[in-house]
Amino acid sequence: MPAQTPSQTVGPFFSHALTPGQSGYRAVVGNQLADEKTAGTAIRIEGRVADGAGAPVPDAMIEIWQADHRGRYPDGSEGFLGFGRASTDTEGAYWFRTVKPGTPTAAAAPHISVAIFARGMLNHLFTRIYFADETAANAADPLLSSLERDRRATLVASPINGRAIVTYEFSIRLQGERETVFLDG
Amino acid sequence: MTSNRKLSPRDWPSHPSQSDASYKSTLLRAHQRPLVPLEQSLSELTAPVFGHDAVSALDNDLTRNATQDGEPIGERIIVAGRILDESGSPVQGALVEIWQANAAGRYTHLSDEHDAPLDPNFLGAGRTLTDADGSYRFTTIRPGAYPWRNHSNAWRPAHIHFSVFGSAFVQRLVTQMYFPEDPLLRFDPIFESVRDPVARNRLVSRFSMGLTEPERALGFAFDIVLRGPQATPMER
Ligand SMILES: [Fe+3]
Repeated sequence: MPAQTPSQTVGPFFSHALTPGQSGYRAVVGNQLADEKTAGTAIRIEGRVADGAGAPVPDAMIEIWQADHRGRYPDGSEGFLGFGRASTDTEGAYWFRTVKPGTPTAAAAPHISVAIFARGMLNHLFTRIYFADETAANAADPLLSSLERDRRATLVASPINGRAIVTYEFSIRLQGERETVFLDG
Repeated sequence: MTSNRKLSPRDWPSHPSQSDASYKSTLLRAHQRPLVPLEQSLSELTAPVFGHDAVSALDNDLTRNATQDGEPIGERIIVAGRILDESGSPVQGALVEIWQANAAGRYTHLSDEHDAPLDPNFLGAGRTLTDADGSYRFTTIRPGAYPWRNHSNAWRPAHIHFSVFGSAFVQRLVTQMYFPEDPLLRFDPIFESVRDPVARNRLVSRFSMGLTEPERALGFAFDIVLRGPQATPMER
């Protein structure tokens, strides 16, 4: 049986290939998964990626994968791809425009799967974005409810008031105090 | 297709450890808390489906996909192989993206400060979708080695970066392909971060006379293996 190919870091120079839309080249996908015509509640997710010293990580790539507004994972047959990519800027900031995912299964709260890549990360890491305004569903979610309160908070995006579209803040701390919960699924 | 069947775990002994003192950028970027085990659900076992409109005809030919007034400088090569899972099944329709330095060891990237020439006819980025048998093929230019500031006199061996999707989000893999018998390999902390020499060797492509095109380009074979279906107790 063949054995897994080892992971290697994405390195610092991926943007002309993986997030080329941010430098004017044609991209397979970008950070806008949805527009006005996409069914569901339009949302924006924004945040920063920081390292163990609290410094911004300006060369990270964030990928998201999510269900549509009904909680169904896209299978390529409809317009909504359910997948997006963003690279961080000099402040370590990134953002996505998408729709709020529905409930994927009775057992889980609405969430978005996240993969994080950067120079200095030899393996990519997985995490999840949950939503602070889903109090009841979050309380019943098996992953969230298995975590201590401080750690759980790192997975829950909080609403930012006063924006034209519903906006949530989700920042990622790669290391140290308030380190984001990273998942091994 | 894995048809939402559970997948084997990441084979951690085949992968680098996240924290590696000889690769300095890991020091502030490696997690310190253990990863939290996650029961695989549809979120992990599905993945984006990229249609054929995701790639266009020249996307897998880096010697032609960004030319301005001529051909890129350097040694033309073919890089081809298959994307498989651990059961040996081909991963079909997988998006494979590559990026690399030019023949002089310089990336088309604003933050690459290496004092080597850019090539106006070479971008160094390509993409393709695998066929029904999991195969992919790129035409490109053999990349040059380049210096980095990890330690004194540090040079990256020539490499091509690969990004691959499977049919499950947790099959996602980003890796690097190296060239056979490169004397820089044993000095490279990123290559050496894979401690198991057998696993590490899976990152080294193989020269292939079969892929080599007469009067045109040398061929290198590189297969990639993603996580496969979890073995059931019956199969063990
Ligand atoms: Fe590189």
